[in-house]
Parts: sequence; structure tokens; C-alpha cells
Amino acid sequence: MEKKIRVLVAKPGLDGHDRGAKVIARALRDAGMEVIYTGLRQTPEQIVTAALQEDVDAIGLSCLSGAHNHLFPRVVELLHEQKADDIMVFGGGVIPDADIPGLKAAGIKEIFTPGTSTQDVVAFLNAHVGQ
Amino acid sequence: MSPDEHLQQIKEAREAWEQGPVQKVLKRFPERKPVFSSTSGTEVKRVYTPEDTAELDYNRDLAYPGEYPYTRGVQPTMYRGRFWTMRQYAGFATAEESNQRYKYLLEQGQTGLSVAFDLPTQIGYDSDHSLSAGEVGKVGVAIDSLADMEILFDGIPLDKVSTSMTINAPASVLLAMYMGVAEKQGVPFSKLSGTIQNDILKEYVARGTYIFPPAPSMRLITNIFEFCSQNVPDWNTISISGYHIREAGSTAAQEIAFTLSNGIAYVQAAIDAGLDVDDFAPRLSFFFNSHMDFFEEIAKYRAARRLWARIMRERFGAKKPKSLMLRFHTQTAGSTLTAQQPDNNIVRVGLQALAAVLGGTQSLHTNSRDEALALPTEDSVRIALRTQQIIAYESGVADTIDPLAGSYYVESLTSSLEQQAEKYIAQIDAMGGAVRAIEGGYMQREIQDAAYEYQRGVESNERIVVGVNQFQMDEPAPKGLLTVDPAVGEMQKQKLVALRERRDNLAVANVLDELEQAAKGDANLMPLILQAAKSYATLGEICDRLRNVFGEYVAHDLL
Repeated sequence: MEKKIRVLVAKPGLDGHDRGAKVIARALRDAGMEVIYTGLRQTPEQIVTAALQEDVDAIGLSCLSGAHNHLFPRVVELLHEQKADDIMVFGGGVIPDADIPGLKAAGIKEIFTPGTSTQDVVAFLNAHVGQ
Repeated sequence: MSPDEHLQQIKEAREAWEQGPVQKVLKRFPERKPVFSSTSGTEVKRVYTPEDTAELDYNRDLAYPGEYPYTRGVQPTMYRGRFWTMRQYAGFATAEESNQRYKYLLEQGQTGLSVAFDLPTQIGYDSDHSLSAGEVGKVGVAIDSLADMEILFDGIPLDKVSTSMTINAPASVLLAMYMGVAEKQGVPFSKLSGTIQNDILKEYVARGTYIFPPAPSMRLITNIFEFCSQNVPDWNTISISGYHIREAGSTAAQEIAFTLSNGIAYVQAAIDAGLDVDDFAPRLSFFFNSHMDFFEEIAKYRAARRLWARIMRERFGAKKPKSLMLRFHTQTAGSTLTAQQPDNNIVRVGLQALAAVLGGTQSLHTNSRDEALALPTEDSVRIALRTQQIIAYESGVADTIDPLAGSYYVESLTSSLEQQAEKYIAQIDAMGGAVRAIEGGYMQREIQDAAYEYQRGVESNERIVVGVNQFQMDEPAPKGLLTVDPAVGEMQKQKLVALRERRDNLAVANVLDELEQAAKGDANLMPLILQAAKSYATLGEICDRLRNVFGEYVAHDLL
């Protein structure tokens, strides 16, 4: 049997808007993936620890508070320190277009902004994980 | 002709119409959908008739504005006397910058202030805490101590404006700081008017800025009820909020039900703490969303007023009319704003604002068109405020009270929402009340299910969002968005260093020790929190002492 894609959906920082993260998590699960949701207020360190423990293929970060430029790259950095660069990081939330090139340069594979269909996220993971 | 005979005639005429002209048209032109329904799942009929309001008793169920059960509004003259308070939620970066935005809004004709705090402030961390990194000044203004609060309200006389503060877990601390500013301005506490949100239960359910577990949180809240009833009599001590429950994805019926269930829990907690219901209930206020389903929203406000009045009278035996009145603030639905074609949001907000006014709101925040992208610019906020002013001054809708009363549809929806909400409330009662229902994850699950259902509706195109899943177009990236200077975090840190050098640190330590001791007992903590704030103890220092005693809430998230 084909191995299921494992995804950690995480809320870094202090932001409490979790509607999007939870909807994405459920949509990924309904698409046949194994999904772990961290809950609110996770530090980048906690997220990376959870990702390693759970042996995930990808981490989805959701932030609507504007702290993404600080928090998202930190997760990638910590993964690198742990030699876990094979875990792909993607993100979503209220993220201005102007910030997206910087986030991608920092190693965030893709940024999904408001209005994205959950099916686009599913397709993205199917295309980019496990290759 | 008797009323029954009259209804019978109407029914016969309807049946003839349905079997005749309607069937004829349906054969050639089917309707757009097999079933039409509201967000709460109520089927929306082709037409509504007197049959749908046959059970309604005017004097019992509607009555006159300002009269029980307040379905038509809480004041006898409503907007003929004074318009709703136009209150835009604002705050970002430092106290200095937010103070400038408040002065701009007041110059533009806004009639009340509404303070947005950044997340560290809302969660009781100082700007130099490690968890504050990246968040300082982002979703609101950073307030670390009374010194920041003095700057925030500089040149704004607190006896002339009413101020709403979106602050929950550390509400007592921010209220204490506000009182500290009032004292410096020479304004007596009895002249202060405004609101603290102070609604911790919906933080556990939907908004996420909790600190302490439920029991000590409920204590802090009832402490505020008691303290304010004696010292700050015109202050709204809580704003029991459905707004965030709806934003998290609930239906309109759930919004009413979960909000009023939380309200019941607060009233019960205060009664259990020995307070008289009529001493604190007049200062309870509410906060609702205004979403896209226009008539359902209007009906929602009317149903919530009627249901709360009945709960307060029948369940709690409240006697003062003010204890029975559901007074509320409304904010248009942030979650309905689209990042695509953002100017379309102006129209969405216009409709939502109109629903809130037709539903009899006491105050209103209209969202800005660019809020799916960033914090709003000054231009965007001005358009949002002008939207309210056009409704107030040009449309004429404010000239007569509750103009949709008697509409077969609106009355039928009002009754149906009330009944649906009552069912949810009965279920929550059976679980042991709102606190238990939240600890068990019931409300959270209901909301998540509804949110997921909504998203599926959008993705299957059953639900059309203009510009998102229909009528899309290529558009250039939006320009001129507001950005918060990342240096704000550094500036706040430096301010804290300076503050800790110039204040009387011995006095601060003494009052914090005293507070920590008191937290272990059952005294009202508000007087000591006020003393601590006035000694320039920081928000984080005060909250840390309470964390030592109360511990912290840990959420159990389920998917």
C-alpha cells in the first residue's frame, strides 16, 4: 500500500485565528492524509520537535497576526539545524503579496492566501511530497 | 369573519396559487435551487404569508420599543433620539501612533473609541517577553504599563468619549490602567463610560487569547462586576461576544445560543458569588456579528433580544428593566471580506451595516475593504465610517423603529432562530452549562463542523462568493497597504527598560506581593490590581503573579 502523506498543521505565535488551520487540516485528512494539529500558541521550537516526533513529510503553518516574517523562517532554520531539511514547509494566512518572495527565499515552499480552495492545497501536497 | 376563517381563506388562496401559476412557471423555468436555506439550515420558502406568523402575539412577543421583551429595540425612541454609536476598532504599533489614529477618527465624526490591543497585551505578556517576538504592535497597540496608556489617551478627555476595549483575560489590568489615566486627567470614575470585553468563555471557544483556567477567570470577571457596580457605575463590565464564534464558522442560530449560554454562565457565577442580579445585570452588554444573510441577521438581533429578556426574567428573576435588555455592539463580518477585488468589500460591509441598523444595534464597527490583506489604511477606514454615516443621514432607515416588524418573513425567521437557539441552550444546560460544554469541546466541535460545511459549499460552488469562485478576474497586486514598522518591538523594549529605572521598584514589588497573596484567598482583586497599575507595575508582571497562583489554561484541540 502506498504510504500516506503525513502533515503537521501548526499555529505558531500568539494568533488565535484557527478556523483556516482547522478547515485545512480536515480537508487534508478527508483527502486521505494523516494530519496532526498542534493547537494554538506554538513556538517554532515546539513545532519542529512535534514534526520530528511525528515523522511528518510536511508542516503547514497558519498565521493571521502579521508575525509570519518572524515565525515562518525560524521553523525552516530549526529544521535545518536538526538536519530535517526534507520536511517541506508551507504556510497560509493574512500575508501581504510583498512578503511572499522573502518567505519563499527563506525556504517556505508555498504561501496560500485568503480565498484559496482547500483542493489547491491538497493538489500541492500530492505534487510536492514524496518525490 | 373570525381570524381562523380569515387564515383559512389565505391558505386556500396560497394553495391555489401554488398549484396554478407557480406550477405553470416551474414547468418552463425551474428555480435556481431545489431547496433554498439560511445559514442556520432553515428552509427559506418561496413566500411568507400570515400563516407563518399566526402564532405571534403582538403584545406578548413584540410589544413596543423599550418594552419587554424588547424584540423591537431597547429604547422607546431608538435612532429618532440618537443614532447608534459609530465606533471603529483601531490600534496598531505604539501608543503614539494609535493616539493619532483615534484623533483622526474623532475628527472624522466617529462618536466612540474602540481599542485594539496587540496579542502580547491580550495574553498578558510584556513586549520584551520571548513569546512576544514578532507580535508587538501587529494586530493592535502594544500596552505594557500605565505609561503607555497615558500616551494612548493623551489629549482625549475620558469624560467626553466612551471607550470600548477588546481585552479579556487581563481585562481587570487594562481597566485599572484606564482608571489610572482618568485619575491623572481629574475625571471621576463615575464619569467614565465604556466597555471591556472581559468575555473569557468565548476565548476558549473561538478567539484564543486566554491565560488562566476557567474557575479563576470567572472569579476575575465577577470581581470586576462587583467592583464596577460600586465604583464605575456607567461602565459596561462585559461584552458577551458572539462575534468571534460566528467568525470561527458558526451559524446564526449557534451564534445566539452559544453567546447567551455564556451569558447565563456569567450571571450564574456572579449570583453564586453573592451578588444581586439587579446590581450587575444592567451593565452586561453583548457583541454580535453582521454576516451576509441579510434578513437572517436582522432576525437574529431581534430573536436574541427577546430570548435574553425571557431568560433574565424567568430564569434569574431579574426585575429592573435594564437587567432584561440586551444591548449590543455589532461588527460586520471580517470572514466575509475577500482578498480578491477588495473594493467589492465596501458593498458587503454596506449591506451588513444596514442589517445591523435594521436590527437595532447600539453601536457599530464597519470593516474596511482591505482587511483580508492587512490592517486598514486611513483611507479605507474613512470609507467604512462614511458607510455608516450614509446609512444614518441619507437612507432614512433610522427614522422609524424596527421597520421590518410585521414582515411575515422576518417575524417567522425571528421565531425560528429563537427556537433553534433555545434547543441548543437546553442541550448546553443538560451538559451542566457553558463552562462544562466548552471544557468538553462541544461548542468548538459544532463551530468547526459548520465552518467546514461552509467551506465545502464554497468549493462546490453551492455558495457563490463574488470574485472568489465566480466573476474572478486578473488583477494587479494591491498597493498602499499599511505595514507596521518592525522597530516597534525594539522601541517598546527600550521603553520598558526606562520605566523599570524610573519607577519606585520597592513599591511595585510590595503591591505585587500583596496581590499574589490575595489571589490565594477569595478577596476581590480589583483594588490591588488598580494599585499595582498606578504604581507602574507592568501588565506582564501583574499577570505573572496571577499565573503563579492560578496556573494557565491548556486547550485540548480536537479535529
